[in-house]
Parts: sequence; C-alpha cells; structure tokens
Amino acid sequence: MADLSLPQNKTQSNATRIALRWLLYVLLSVFAVYYLLPLFVMVTTSLKSLEEIRTGSLVALPRAVTFDAWKTAWSGACTGIQCEGLKPYFWNSVQLAVPAVLISTLLGALNGYVVAQWRFKGANLIFSLMLFGCFIPFQVVLLPMARLLGMMGLAGTIPGLIFVHVIYGVGFTTLFFRNYYVTIPSELVKAAKVDGANFFRIFWSIFMPLSLPIIVVTVIWQFTQIWNDFLFGVSFSQAGTQPVTVALNNIVNSTTGVKEYNVDMAAAIIAALPTLLVYVVAGKYFIRGLTAGSVKG
Amino acid sequence: MAPILEINNIFKNYGSTEILKDINIAIEPGDFLVLVGPSGCGKSTLLNCIAGLEPTTSGSLHIGGKDMTHVSPKDRDIAMVFQSYALYPTMTVAKNITFGMKVRGVDAATQEAKLNEVASQLQIEQLLHRRPGQLSGGQRQRVAMGRALVRDPKLFLFDEPLSNLDAKLRVEMRSEIKKLHQSLGATMVYVTHDQIEAMTLATKIVVLKGGIVQQIGTPAEIYNRPANLFVADFMGSPAMNLIPAKVTQNGNGAKIEITRSNDAPIILHDKKASGLPQNVILGLRPEDIAEAGFRAGEGVQEASCQVDMVEPAGADTYVVSELGGKQVTARLHAETSAAPGEKLTFAIDLNKVSYFAPDTGERLN
Repeated sequence: MADLSLPQNKTQSNATRIALRWLLYVLLSVFAVYYLLPLFVMVTTSLKSLEEIRTGSLVALPRAVTFDAWKTAWSGACTGIQCEGLKPYFWNSVQLAVPAVLISTLLGALNGYVVAQWRFKGANLIFSLMLFGCFIPFQVVLLPMARLLGMMGLAGTIPGLIFVHVIYGVGFTTLFFRNYYVTIPSELVKAAKVDGANFFRIFWSIFMPLSLPIIVVTVIWQFTQIWNDFLFGVSFSQAGTQPVTVALNNIVNSTTGVKEYNVDMAAAIIAALPTLLVYVVAGKYFIRGLTAGSVKG
Repeated sequence: MAPILEINNIFKNYGSTEILKDINIAIEPGDFLVLVGPSGCGKSTLLNCIAGLEPTTSGSLHIGGKDMTHVSPKDRDIAMVFQSYALYPTMTVAKNITFGMKVRGVDAATQEAKLNEVASQLQIEQLLHRRPGQLSGGQRQRVAMGRALVRDPKLFLFDEPLSNLDAKLRVEMRSEIKKLHQSLGATMVYVTHDQIEAMTLATKIVVLKGGIVQQIGTPAEIYNRPANLFVADFMGSPAMNLIPAKVTQNGNGAKIEITRSNDAPIILHDKKASGLPQNVILGLRPEDIAEAGFRAGEGVQEASCQVDMVEPAGADTYVVSELGGKQVTARLHAETSAAPGEKLTFAIDLNKVSYFAPDTGERLN
C-alpha cells in the first residue's frame, strides 16, 4: 500500500502546484489590468473627440482617433488668461529639474564621500542632521523659505526653485551615496593617498567611476521628486516661471464652458511623460549597473 | 650607516585608549623589519603611522634622515601594499600601476617604461589590460606589489599582504617577496600575525602586544632567547613548552625539579644556570626534547614519561605528555615507536633552555 500511495501523492502535489501557479498568474493579471485601467482610460480619452466622449462609454476604444486634444494641450490650452498650452511650462520644468537634479546629485556624492570615507569629529552628528532634513514636511518650510528666497532676490525665479529643490534633495542624495560608499573598503582611499592623490582627485578618479549604479538611482529619485513637485512650484513661482505641474492644474481648473476631458487627459500624460521616460531608459542602466558588480574586494 | 627609518617614543591614542605606547625602532637600509603580534596589538596602526595615514599622538618619525612626523603620506617616499590589495576597481592593471605616476605628473614615456619593467619583473605582462575583478587572488597580489614597486620608494610597507591567499599560494608569494627583497636590496616594513612569515622573511622582528614592544631582535634571537613568556609562547610552532619548576641553586649550577601528577618528580641539573629564584618557568622548545638515544652531549639528560598523545606530521612526530601540570610537546623523529599510554624515555637538552619569572614573565637567564 505504501508503495502505491507514494507516486499517487506525487502526481497530486504536481497537479496542485500547476493549479496554484495558474491561480497566481490569473491574480497577477487581474491586478495588472486593475492598475493599468486608469492609464488606458486616459490614453483612449485623449484620443477621442469631445463629441465622442459625451456620447460614448468611458472604457470604449475611440471610433475615430484624433490628436487634436494633444495639440491643444501642448500649445493651445488656456491656463487662466493665457492660451499657450503646456509648452512654455514644460520648458520651465526642464530648466528647473535638470540643474536641480545634477547639482543635488553632485553635492550628495561629495557629502556621501566625505561622511563615509573621510571621517571627522562629528561626522555622524552631521549625517544624522541631514537625515533629519529628509523628514521635515514641505509645508513647514514654506514661509521661512519664501522669506529667504526674497532676501536672496530669487523669489519667483527658476534659480530660486532650483535652490529649494537642491536644499531639499541633498538629504536624500547624501543618504544614498553615503550608504553606497560605506561599502567601499577604506584601504582604497589609503592606497590612493600613498599614491599621491588628493581629496578631489580620489573622488573623481576612483569614486565617481565606481558610482554609476547609485548615480542612476539618485537621478531617478531626484528627477521624479522635482518634476512631480507641485507645492514648491505653486508657492515659489510667478506667472512665467511656473513648472508643468502647476500649469496642468491651471489647465484643468480654468475651463470655460464645456470641460475638455480629452485635453485634460493629454496634458496629464504629457506632464507625466518625462518621469516615465527617465524610469524606462535609466532603469535599464540601473539593473545593468547592479549586475555588473564592479565593486569587488 | 644612518638608519633609514627611525621611530622615537611614538604614542598613539584613540580618545582615552592607548593603542601604541612608547615605540622605539630603528632600521638600516636593506633591512626587512617584521612587526608581529596577535590581532589588536597595534601593529597595523604602527604601520599606518609610518605611512602617515594615521597621525601620531606624540613622538617623532624619521625616514631617510628627514623628520616625517607631520608630513603627508604622498611626500614620505613610501609605497604600501594592503591586505585587501586595494586595487582601483574601475581601472585596468596598467592604469592601477601607473596611477601614482600620473597623479605626480610623470611623463607618459617614463610611465610606459617603468610599467613594462615592473610588469616583466612580476610576470604580469599578459594581465595589463584586465580589471582587478577579472584577476585571481594571487594575480591581484602581484598587481598590488607592482603598484608599490613602480614607485621605487625609500620604504616599502606591507600590511598583512598574504593573509587573503590560500595556504599554498601564501608560501609561494612569501618566498617571492623574500627574493624581491634580496634582488632589490630595498628596505621593507611588513606587518603580519603569522609568526612563521615573520621568522622566514625578517632580518629584524618586532614583537608587539597591547601596543607595547615586547622584544626587538633577529629571528634567531627572538626564537632562541625570547625576552618574556609572551614572546616565548607566541613565536614558534608548536609553541615553546613552558613548565613550572622548582629550583635549588647549589655550587654546581641548579637542580630543577618538575612535579608530575602521575609519577615521581623529574630532576634535571643545569650546570650553567646561576642566580635563579626558587620558582621559575622553564622554557623548552619541542625540538629540545628528543627520544633517548637520539640526542647526546653535555646538558642532555634523560627522563621517562608517559605519552598521552602522538601526532605524526610527516617529517616529524609530535608527542605530548604531561609535565608540571602542563601539556608538553616533544618533536621526535618520524619513525618513533612512541604510543599513547606507554612510557617513553626522553632526552631533554638544556643547552638552549630559557628561564622565566612566574610573576613578571621576564626572562631570567
């Protein structure tokens, strides 16, 4: 009996395993569809005409594909009294995000390098304080920051916004780089010192080439944060320097008469596109950087 | 000759912890100085102080006759090989070796010439375009040495360079370092916790414990005349037998009595001994205890003991028995008939015996 029951049990457990595996796939597919549904609705709606939106179903595919809504969103939609679309604001966001990301990443790398590899008295305290900076809510600093920007003559300017984002980002970027550099043996710095290299030479020639994976992580994080930021954008900008998130809000909120859902959807997708793009493009390098395993003792 | 490295009264504290206490060492050009001691004895810290990677708390340090106490590492004319090799991971072997010259602005032609010279010396020509990640442990070790050699410094510093290699490679690299030292005539300072490395490589050994120099001497001096119980126990493998004994000093040397739990005491006579206190610790190397009949001469005395354990090691056989409440190891010839539980007559050679004070641990003779 025992001999017979054994293979039977085995096939049974095999069948159970396959069934469970299928259940898993079905469950995952359901969740994937559930999460992708809003994106699907946004894309299809943006490709429909207003007429079709009014008459058709929300989830139906467009009967006639039209890119008019995208054109309007990019260069014709009204934000308040101006009707230039997202284009100028999109450009503002680029001018704001690119330098802010680069500067905060570079500062974070330098800070992390110092905190992890050039220990000095109070290094831990300074690092803890920087970490604390990561957890200060945005709202708390709005008024003091507005005053500071005013005193610096940067109120309502793009450099002012860059400044705010760099300050806010340095805590996070320092954390990222510090945790990465802490894993690099300190003998590397010693060897380079004996070889005659100074502080910056060691940073540029030895640490920066090692840092690709963490640079990619930091850039993705910072770019997403800064591009998607609304609160600082709406608080510290004025007409002409507003980032794309603020413009998107204005487009959606300042319709006259009929609500143009297709334009709103297209505008929202345009505003979200760069962060998606950064993730898709850089995410690949991120994984490549991790698997390359360039840091080996 | 003027000393090439002179360390005078160096102290090093981390906060209130004293890591190094009053270190004084001087070596001549061409010396191979080995700093040896158990982990945490301060040997690596001392090396880092010599390199200038750690500031000293007080004292002075001269390299090549110049005061280097407060000079930065790059201006000390030293090169260093690290335990983890510390190769720059993103640079090729060639770039690793030439990095120091590049930083110092040496022209490309000289760099190339020096690189080729060192590469052929260490037989790493075929590795020059690889990255450290693609090298084996032994190859990385060679590259790390190449990076030091190419600089042609006054002083080479080695921080446990062989401890990451497997046993066979370690022995190979050890003799290669020794060859290198002989062919270059360079001055080297070498840190290790392995007393065999220390014995085989050094022209001069410094034994450290708890940040204090225990003894400075040639390998033979350290081995034959250890300055205290710590050195006696630390240097040599198997370790020196340290046996408590009672001494009765008379006109004709000393009578030494070693108690045994399982037999009558062993009585030995040392005619050369004089001025010993009543209680001593007798230090005998395992090779100074042989099987009766294999060792003769003045100072050799026989005693019968029970064998507790026999450990054949190929060339020799180690035999352990109990004397004075201690496990005592004797190094016998390979074909000995000793068997555990049986009696064997040993020939004990007192010519190289050491006596230590039980309370201070200092050498008495």
